[in-house]
Amino acid sequence: MGGIRTAGDLVARMQITRGMRLPQAKKHVADRLGVSVMDLSDPVVMLDARKEHGLGAALESGEITGIDEPIGLEAKFHIAELLGVPINSVERFRRLTAPRG
Amino acid sequence: MDTGIPTRMGDGSLTRLTPAEIEADIREGVAAAVKRAKVEPLGEDAIRHLMDIFGSRSRFSAVDIGDEVVLSYDGCGSQDLGTRINDLQYYEQYLCADSVEMYHHDYSYKPVKTVIDFEQTVMRQAQFLITAPCGYGAMPDLGRYTVPDGPIANWSQLLPLGKIPEARAAQEEAVEMAVEDIAFVAEGMAEAGIDFIDLDTAGAAGDADFLAALKAVERIRARFPDLGIQIGMASEFVLGMHGELEYDGVRLAGLWPREQMKLAARAGVTIFGPAINVNTGKSVAWNVARTLTIAKPCCDEATIPIHLNGGMGVGGVPMHILPPGDATSRASRAAVDILHLDGL
Repeated sequence: MGGIRTAGDLVARMQITRGMRLPQAKKHVADRLGVSVMDLSDPVVMLDARKEHGLGAALESGEITGIDEPIGLEAKFHIAELLGVPINSVERFRRLTAPRG
Repeated sequence: MDTGIPTRMGDGSLTRLTPAEIEADIREGVAAAVKRAKVEPLGEDAIRHLMDIFGSRSRFSAVDIGDEVVLSYDGCGSQDLGTRINDLQYYEQYLCADSVEMYHHDYSYKPVKTVIDFEQTVMRQAQFLITAPCGYGAMPDLGRYTVPDGPIANWSQLLPLGKIPEARAAQEEAVEMAVEDIAFVAEGMAEAGIDFIDLDTAGAAGDADFLAALKAVERIRARFPDLGIQIGMASEFVLGMHGELEYDGVRLAGLWPREQMKLAARAGVTIFGPAINVNTGKSVAWNVARTLTIAKPCCDEATIPIHLNGGMGVGGVPMHILPPGDATSRASRAAVDILHLDGL
């Protein structure tokens, strides 16, 4: 679908985590983003949507994703919140950075 | 001058066929699938669509805008450039993979078990950097448990000697060892942050190999309710190396993709990948027609996402280390259009 250039990683996440079939997974992601299903594979629409929601994107020497925008694990916190699914690495980060003692 | 339409054979070599020859190959591929897998033939609409796809002289073929599917990958990267994390980054940043998969170059759960600490460390670092779903994959690879590589008697040596009970007992013993190893690695990698675990090339050593995969999935699912679990098959039907093994009351030997998918879903898999073999002596059109006919009942009745295996020697893609894009794109488009796949 285009991975992080579009919404491919988000749709894949719904298939992986929830076992959703493609139409259901696309609809879930589109509804959460407030875009149409057709928009999900459009890099022009999706770059704006990803930036608005802090979902990370391609890097390209800072031209696409600036230093103040989330990538990697930072972005996955927003993705988990947006899609309403637990993300293992996010849960792990929370657990390991929680105050101890 | 040869005015036929340029197309490919199953070994990747270029050939030229007339439209009538392409149609004949497609109909023969469908018929071969019906005879072998005892499935319904493709409808006339599907056959006409295949004729359109393979009747084109274009370099590339693609689905309509909006019909794109998720592309998952087993084992991302060549491990020849930079680090394994760089491999994942290339796939995410430049190939725009929808999910990425880290792998150990031995690609079997048994050897991975011995280096799990190192695999965990790399995965932990990868999870900081990768945004897309990032999993870990390897093969159940039951043969690894037999002598001279493992502790169990080799059923490939026992069977020709007529030692059927001994060969069966050896396979049953290997299943339990493989399940332990797969569950051990899955648990370790889940601790390191994976989004999914992939049991790839399941069934490569036959019904016992597939049983090991299903039993391991059941264990992993019980322990990790939200973890993605992917099974990719080794070939179109399960070889009966044992012959009597069952999962949940279903005999595994001889199962085709629809029944494989049902058992995988029952065990707890979230993505299932059927693998349909390629005949290198037939055209890609023949192979794609056969592939789609065999896979269609699986896709029609699926309750979980289906990612058809599409690569070197499976899913209609030529058996060549560098499958030509014209053939790969036609095979992929045809599969998405006709099977309504969830992914590839």
